[in-house]
Amino acid sequence: MMNASSRWAKLRQTEAANGLLMISPTALYAILMLAAPLGTIVLYSFLTDGYLEIIRDFTLANYIEAWTNELYRSVMIRSLAVAMVVTLVTVLLAFPIAYFVSFYVAPSKKSLWLFLITIPFWTSYLIRVFLWKVILGYNGVVNSGLLGLGLIDEPLTFILYNVNSVVITLAHAYAPFAILPIFVALEKIDRSLLEAGQDLGESKFMTFRRVTLPLAMPGVIASVLIVFIPTIGDYVTPQLVGGPEGRMVANLIQLQYLKLDNYPLGSAIAVSAMGIVTLVSLIFIGLNRRYLKGPK
Amino acid sequence: MMKGGWFKVYAIGYLVFLYAPIIILPMFAFNDATVIAFPLTGFSTRWFSAMLEQPTLSLAVKNSLFIAVTSAVLATTLGVFAARASTRYRFPMKAGLMGLIMLPLVLPEIIVAVSLLVVLLGLGVSLSLWTVILGHVLICTPFTIAILSSAFQSLDQSLEEAAYDLGESAASTFRLIILPLVMPGIISSLLISFTISLDEFIIAFFLAGTEPTLPVFIFSQFRFPSAVPVIMALGTVLVCLSIILLTIAEYFRRRGIAKSGGKDTGGFL
Repeated sequence: MMNASSRWAKLRQTEAANGLLMISPTALYAILMLAAPLGTIVLYSFLTDGYLEIIRDFTLANYIEAWTNELYRSVMIRSLAVAMVVTLVTVLLAFPIAYFVSFYVAPSKKSLWLFLITIPFWTSYLIRVFLWKVILGYNGVVNSGLLGLGLIDEPLTFILYNVNSVVITLAHAYAPFAILPIFVALEKIDRSLLEAGQDLGESKFMTFRRVTLPLAMPGVIASVLIVFIPTIGDYVTPQLVGGPEGRMVANLIQLQYLKLDNYPLGSAIAVSAMGIVTLVSLIFIGLNRRYLKGPK
Repeated sequence: MMKGGWFKVYAIGYLVFLYAPIIILPMFAFNDATVIAFPLTGFSTRWFSAMLEQPTLSLAVKNSLFIAVTSAVLATTLGVFAARASTRYRFPMKAGLMGLIMLPLVLPEIIVAVSLLVVLLGLGVSLSLWTVILGHVLICTPFTIAILSSAFQSLDQSLEEAAYDLGESAASTFRLIILPLVMPGIISSLLISFTISLDEFIIAFFLAGTEPTLPVFIFSQFRFPSAVPVIMALGTVLVCLSIILLTIAEYFRRRGIAKSGGKDTGGFL
C-alpha cells in the first residue's frame, strides 16, 4: 500500500504525467464530444433506416446508394470541383497579399494590415453571404455598375444562383485563412538568403522562384488545406447564392438528416465526403512532401 | 514608382474586395426602400426602429448571448489547460491528442453538427441551448489554444522557477505569476470565442431544437423579402459591435505580448 502510493507520487512528478494530467480535461472533452460522435456516424452509415427507428442490421446499402445514385454522385463531384476551384483562386489571390505584407510593409505596420485583413472575416457570415447576393444579383451592384458605365446592355444573369456565385462568395469568405499561413511562412524566411541569391547573379524573379517560393511552400500547403477542407462542407453559401445548380454536399446532408430523417444515408454521404476530402488532402501532401521536410 | 508600388495597388484592390459587403451593408440599412436593390431611394432610420419591435429577435439575442458567454468561458478554460500542457510539457500521445483537439479548425461544421445530433438524440438528450453550447465549445477551443499558446510560449520559464525557489507551491505560482502574465491572452481568447459563437449558424441550426439563436433567426428571415431591410439594420449593428470587440481583443493581445517581452508576430492565428 505504502509502496503503491509512493509510486503514484513519483509518477505524478514526472513530466509525462504532469503533461497528461494538464491536458486531460480538454482531451477528454474532445474524445467524448468529437471522436465518439464521429465514430458513431461511421457506425450509423452501416445501419439500415427503418420507419422512425434505426434497424441494427449491418449493410453497405447506404454507401451503394450514395455512390451510385446519379443525383448524389453529381452533387459530390460538384462539391469537390467547387472546393478545388475556390482553393486555387483563394490561394493565388492571397499569395501576393501575404508577400506584400511580409516583404514591403514596415514591421511596425504589419499588425495593422493583418488586423484589416481579418476584420471582415469576423463579421456575420450569414449577412456577408447574403450581401454577395445583393452584389451579384439582377439589380445588384455589379449589374447596375456595368449598365451605368454602358459596358453591357442588359443585366448579366450568369453571376448569381449557380456555381460561379458560390465560388466568388467562398473565395471571399476564406481569404484570411489563406493569407495568414502564407504570411507566417514568408516571415520565417531568412532575408540574407535572398541577398545571397542575388549576389550570386540570380535575377529577382529567379531568386523568388528558387529561394522564396520553395521556402514559402509549407505555408501555401497549409493554406490550401485550411481552405479546401471546410469549403467542401459549406452549407450557407450554396444554400443562399447557389440556386438549384449550385447545391453542394452539405445541403444534401442537411436534407437527409433534417428533412428526410434518413440518418444512415445522411451518415454514409457525410462519411464519404470526409473520406474523399482526406484522400485528396493526403495525395496533395504526398505530392508536396519534399517541401515539408524542414531545414536540415 | 515607389518600392512595391504595384503590390500596394493590388493590396488596396484586394481590401476593397474584402470590404465590399461591409461597405454595402449600411447603405441598405439606411435606405428607405423595402427592396434590396440599386438605385438607393432615400435616407431612413425606420428599419432600426422596426428592429427594436421584433419580439423573436430579442429572444434570439438573449439566447445567443447566453450561449456565447457560456461557450467562451468553457472554451477558454479548456484552452488554458491544453495550451499550458502543449507549451510546457512533453508527454506521450501529445501529437495525436493535440491533433484531435485542433481538428474542428478544419472539420466542416456540418460534420460536427450531425455527429453531435446523432449521439445526443441516441442518448435521449433533448435539444436545448446547452446542446448548442456543447458544439460551440468544441469549435471555439482550437482558436483559444492558438491564442493562448502564443501567450504561454512567450512566458519566461525562469520567472516560474524563481517563484518555486522562493517557496511558492505549483498552484500559487500559477495564480500569482503565470495567470497575471497570460491574462491579456485569456481576455483576447474570451472575446474571440464569444465572437465565433455569436456568429455560428450550422451547429445552432441542428442542435438548438425550437429555441432561436441570432444566426438561426437571421437565416429564417432571408426567406421573407419584406424582412430583409430589418436584417440589414441588424447586420450593421452586429458589424459595429464585432469591430469594437475585435479592437479590444487585439489591444489585449498586443499588450500581452509586450508584457511578457515577446515579439509581435501579428494576427490571431
